[in-house]
Parts: sequence; C-alpha cells; structure tokens
Amino acid sequence: MLLYVGKRVLMMIPTLFAISIIVFTIIQLPPGNYLESYIAELQAQGESVDQQKVAFLREYYGLDKPIPEQYVRWVGGMLHGDFGYSFEFNMPVTKVIGDRMLLTIIVSFVTILFTWCVAFPIGIYSATHQYSWGDYGLSLVGFLGIAIPNFMLALVMMYVANVLFGTTIGGLMDPEFIGKPWTLEKVKSVLEHSWIPVIVIGTSGTAGMIRRLRANLLDELQKQYVVTARAKGLPPGKVLRKYPLRMALNFFISDIGSLLPHIISGAEITAVVLSLPTTGPMLLNALKSQDMYLAGTFLMFLALLIVVGVLVSDLALVALDPRIRLTGGVAR
Amino acid sequence: MSTLELPPAAGNVDHYVSTEPFEPGSALELSPEQERFYLASQWKLMWWKFRRHRVAVVSAVILLVMYGSTLVTEFLAPYNLHARHTDFIYASPSPMHLVHDGHFIGPFVYAQKKSLDMKNLRRVYTPDRTQPRPLRFFCSGDPYRFWGIVDMSFHVVCPAQDGNFFLLGTDRLGRDMFSRILYGARISLTIGLLGIALSFTLGLVIGGIAGYYGGWIDTAVQRLIEVIRSFPELPLWMALSAVLPVTWSPVLIYFGITAILALLDWTGLARAVRSKLLALREEDYTTAARLMGAKPSRIIGRHLLPGFMSHLIASATLSIPGMILGETALSFLGIGLRPPITSWGVLLNDAQNVNVVALYPWLMLPVVPVIVVILAFNFFGDGLRDAADPYR
Repeated sequence: MLLYVGKRVLMMIPTLFAISIIVFTIIQLPPGNYLESYIAELQAQGESVDQQKVAFLREYYGLDKPIPEQYVRWVGGMLHGDFGYSFEFNMPVTKVIGDRMLLTIIVSFVTILFTWCVAFPIGIYSATHQYSWGDYGLSLVGFLGIAIPNFMLALVMMYVANVLFGTTIGGLMDPEFIGKPWTLEKVKSVLEHSWIPVIVIGTSGTAGMIRRLRANLLDELQKQYVVTARAKGLPPGKVLRKYPLRMALNFFISDIGSLLPHIISGAEITAVVLSLPTTGPMLLNALKSQDMYLAGTFLMFLALLIVVGVLVSDLALVALDPRIRLTGGVAR
Repeated sequence: MSTLELPPAAGNVDHYVSTEPFEPGSALELSPEQERFYLASQWKLMWWKFRRHRVAVVSAVILLVMYGSTLVTEFLAPYNLHARHTDFIYASPSPMHLVHDGHFIGPFVYAQKKSLDMKNLRRVYTPDRTQPRPLRFFCSGDPYRFWGIVDMSFHVVCPAQDGNFFLLGTDRLGRDMFSRILYGARISLTIGLLGIALSFTLGLVIGGIAGYYGGWIDTAVQRLIEVIRSFPELPLWMALSAVLPVTWSPVLIYFGITAILALLDWTGLARAVRSKLLALREEDYTTAARLMGAKPSRIIGRHLLPGFMSHLIASATLSIPGMILGETALSFLGIGLRPPITSWGVLLNDAQNVNVVALYPWLMLPVVPVIVVILAFNFFGDGLRDAADPYR
C-alpha cells in the first residue's frame, strides 16, 4: 500500500516537470522580452523609467541570460514560493494573487460536491427507469446543460437573481463586505452569492456525469450477479443498494479525473462573467496584457490543482477498492 | 410447406410416409430479407440502423440545412454583414405579420417609431400599427460579391423600399442581427469541421504509431497525452490564443484558433486508436500481412484502421460540439476571432454584461443557434455511435 502511494506520488514529478516546460514555453511565446515591452509602454505613456529597478529585475530574473537558464531560475523560484514579477501591477506575483487561489479551490470543491449530490440520484433514477418518460426528460435537461454555454447561463442567472431576490450583481459577496473581517453577515452574503456560480459551473459537469453514471450503471445492472441476486428473491431496492451502487461509488471517485478539468475550465469563464474574485478574471487580464509571469503562475496552479485532484482520487480509490490495492494496478 | 394431416387417434395406425419433397438444408436457407441483411456492406448496415434512430435523423437534417445555408448565406440574409443603419441603433426585433386590419396582405412588418427613454438612457422602438411595410421576395437589395467572386444583389427576402426588416433587432452599430447570425454560421460551423479534420488526422497518426510500434514510443506518447490532459482546456486555449501575434490578419487568426482547438483535442482519439491497435496487431491476419511483406503504413491504414473506422468517426462527431463551444467561449471573452470575421461567439461578445440582458435581450440570440447545433451534433453522434455497431 505504502509502496503504491510512494510510486504514485513519484509519478507526478515527471508530469509536473513537463507541464512546467509547456507553461514556460507559453510564457516565452509573445515576441520580444516582456521587460522591454513594459519599458517601451511606460515610455510611450511619457512616464519615467527607474533604470535601477529595471536593471535589478533583469538581473534577478536573468532576462539577458539564455533561455534554459531563465527556465531554471523560474522553476527554482517557484520552489521557493517566488513566482516572478507582475509587470502590470508592478509587484511580485505572490502579492497580486492574494487569496484568489484559495477561493478557486473552494469554489471548485463546492461545485464537485454539488455535482455529486445532483448527479447521483438522477443517474440512478435514469438507469433504473431506462426509457421511461422521466429518463427521457432528465436526459433532455442533461443535454441542454451541455449545450448552453456557461457564460450565457451565468449572465441570465445573475439577472434573474437580481430581479427575483435583489442579489447584487457579480462578485462573491455584497460590496460592503469586501476586505472586512469574517462575520455572520458576511458569510450570509457569500452564501447568497455563491449558489449562482456553483450551479452555473456545475450544470455541464453534472450533465456529463449523469450520462456516464447512467451508462455505467446500466452495464452493471445486466451483469450476472445482479440477475442471481434477483433470482434468489432479494427485493429490488436491496439488490440495487447492496451490489451495483457500490460499484457506481467507485466510478464517482475515479471520474474526478475527467470532471475536474471540466469544472476548472467552466469556473474560469464563469468567474469572468460574474467577476468573482477567483483566478478567472485575473488570468484573462494577464493574458490580454501579456503579463506573462502572472498568467504562467495561474496556468501552473490550475494544472497542479488537477494533477493533485487526480492523485487524491486515485489514492481514495485504492483505499476503497481492494482489487486495485491487491494487484497494484491503477483503475482507469 | 403444406400442413400435414394427422392420422386418426384411435385404431391401427398405418405406416405413413409423406410424399412431399424434402430438402435437408431448408432450415439453413435464408429468406430474401435475411440474405440482404447478411450480404449488406458495413456502411449499408450502419445506414439501416441509423435510419431507425429518429432523433438522430432529425438532427442530421437540421445540420444539413444549417451547413447548406452557409453556402448561400448572401441570398438568405436580407442585409449585408456590415450594413449599418445609423437611424436604427439597438432597434428591437420586429415580428413578421400576415394580417393587417383584418385583411390578409401577405408577410409584412410594421414601421418602427423611435422615442427616447430618458430614465434608462435608451432608444425605444414601437411598431406603428398604421403603417404596414410588405416584404419583397426574390428581390434585389444590398449589393454584395457572391463568394467573393461575382457581383450580385439578389436576396430571397428584402424590406419594402421605404421600410426596414429587422426580424431579430439590430446591434449597437445598427447592424441587422438576423443577417449577422446567418453570416456567423459560416465561421462557427466551419471552425468545428476544420478543427476536427485536423485533430482527427493528428489522433490517427500519433495514436496509430504509438499503438502499432508500442515500446518506448508508446510510453512517450502516453505520457504526453497525460500531460496535455492535466491542463484545464479553456485556460490553455485562452493562453495560446492570447499569444497569437496581434499583427496577424483576421483570417490567419481564424486558422490559428482552429489549430489551437485541434491541438488539445486529439488526445482522446489517439487513446482510442492506440488501445484498439494494441489489441488488433496481435491478430493472425496482421501477422499474415506482415509475413507477406506489407509495410507498417499499409498494415495500419489498410488492415487495422478500417476495422474500427466507423467508431472513430462517431466519436469524432461527438467532439465537434466541444470545439464550437470553445471557439464561442474564446470569442466571447475577446481573445478568439476578431472582427471583421464574425462568428456567433464574436456576436455574443456584445452581450457581455448584465445590462444587455436587461435592456437589449435580443443581443443574446446568437446563443440559440449555438445550442441547436450542439444538441444536433450530440444526438447525431449518439445515433452514429449506436449505428456503428450494426449487429447488436
């Protein structure tokens, strides 16, 4: 067991290494050196440039060095918690980001919980009532969830919430609470605002999950052990609860691998529309203004989030499923 | 076969021999229908099976109509893509009527009266019920260059000489939304097809090589796929399209975005190809082909791929919607396609804030064709996938 965990964690390292190379390549892709373009922009606006500071930054990030060395410095810095310098905000990336990453993790986590809570009963109902009107209706709703773009749903929901409940537009809390310490009122305000992003981000992931769960459960329901259990006279509810559902639970955890990238993608664009204080809006701005250290940090972070999420789901699967634990294989 | 008459139940039973001709193989003979079924080619079987899937057939027809419309957009759209009507900025949709004052006068729209709403600072358009403006059909209107070659001015429908026809309203520059949505279909629909063609090729080649050769090539490809998969799609798309040079022309950007969409999409297909090939290359017929001296490219292309090509096409169809949605999202955020290239996403870019939802809800209409196309491709793909398994 320990051996498996160790092996699994070690396997992450080459993946992260390759991801960092891709991210660094993207950082390097815009033509020219961002420090130079930053200086050019400042000069174009008629502002004076602090030559000393520029020289320091160039020296510190090794911008005049060959590319492999820049990469090593960048990765080395990240391991120390130094993510580079945001030229747009004119301060280190770590300060710019603040608690945005934490909020992203929270939003994603809550959304996954929401997805599970919705997908589980609906998936079971659809599978056990295959080809019934309920199944068709729910499938149609699911398809609509896939087809409606997140951002439009977010816009409309925001408007509806505003008209029906008087919720303020956008953000994760009422404006007067921003920067204030956490009080009961603030928590309430956050709860009032957070259901919109959770539902919006959750819909398409939920729809996909229901379809996969339904297909999986349908396969399982046709297997011989279910037939045997039924033939021996177990009541249908008990058959379901004792056998196929437990198999489906495994699937829930292993499905995180395909659910998580989906949710994080959806969270980014929804956050832009709803102007949530998560990574989305800032990533978009950083990309638009080619503030590449900042953008690179976000990309790296989001990828890390997924890699770690999949790791956690793999480990949970090992703990749950003795077949994987005993043979040492990975469930895929 | 005639019905045999049973001998009487009681009494002595004579030895009975049927004089009917007896064919020992009759049980094995096929009826003409069965024969047709067993002799049909794979594609024919798929077609028969597909035809039974109603929703998929309807979806296929919808898609055909939509793709067909992109060929003759210029005829169908009442206005040109960039035609501006400065007197009608943010005009609300004017529905088509048939009956005016109790008389049937054919399709017409009412003229629109403009007034200013000083509270919300917006223009308000009200239909003037006294002035019907009958539509003209098969008429000449805005001049255009058909497919960029022939100068023409033919339209299927045009407004009255002194009127306007804004079926779905106008945008902030007074451009007709209906015409723009029709033109947007050209870009939005082709980007999915081009993208899938590219990613299909990538998936086949890379997955094929990995699956056939196995060994370290396979391992390397597997790792690469794993890495690409651990990126969230949208942020990576965003990053890549944001670094497309600003100096590129809109057409180059169009191809650039398509390439970016395809670049991240091939992994699923490559995985499917690889796992199938790994199994199939151990088959006897592969060995036979190899012993007869066939080259790997021939074995893969001629003997292995056709065996599961239909599945691949079905799953490729299912990944087109993702691409269309991806392009829409990128353009909506303003880092995808750039005007003057107009896709549904570019149109939705105008509907970015909640004011639009409140004041000019018709600017969100381009989302309707997006939803229809995504649904249609999903149902169509599902039908294809079921049909690809003809004997089940």
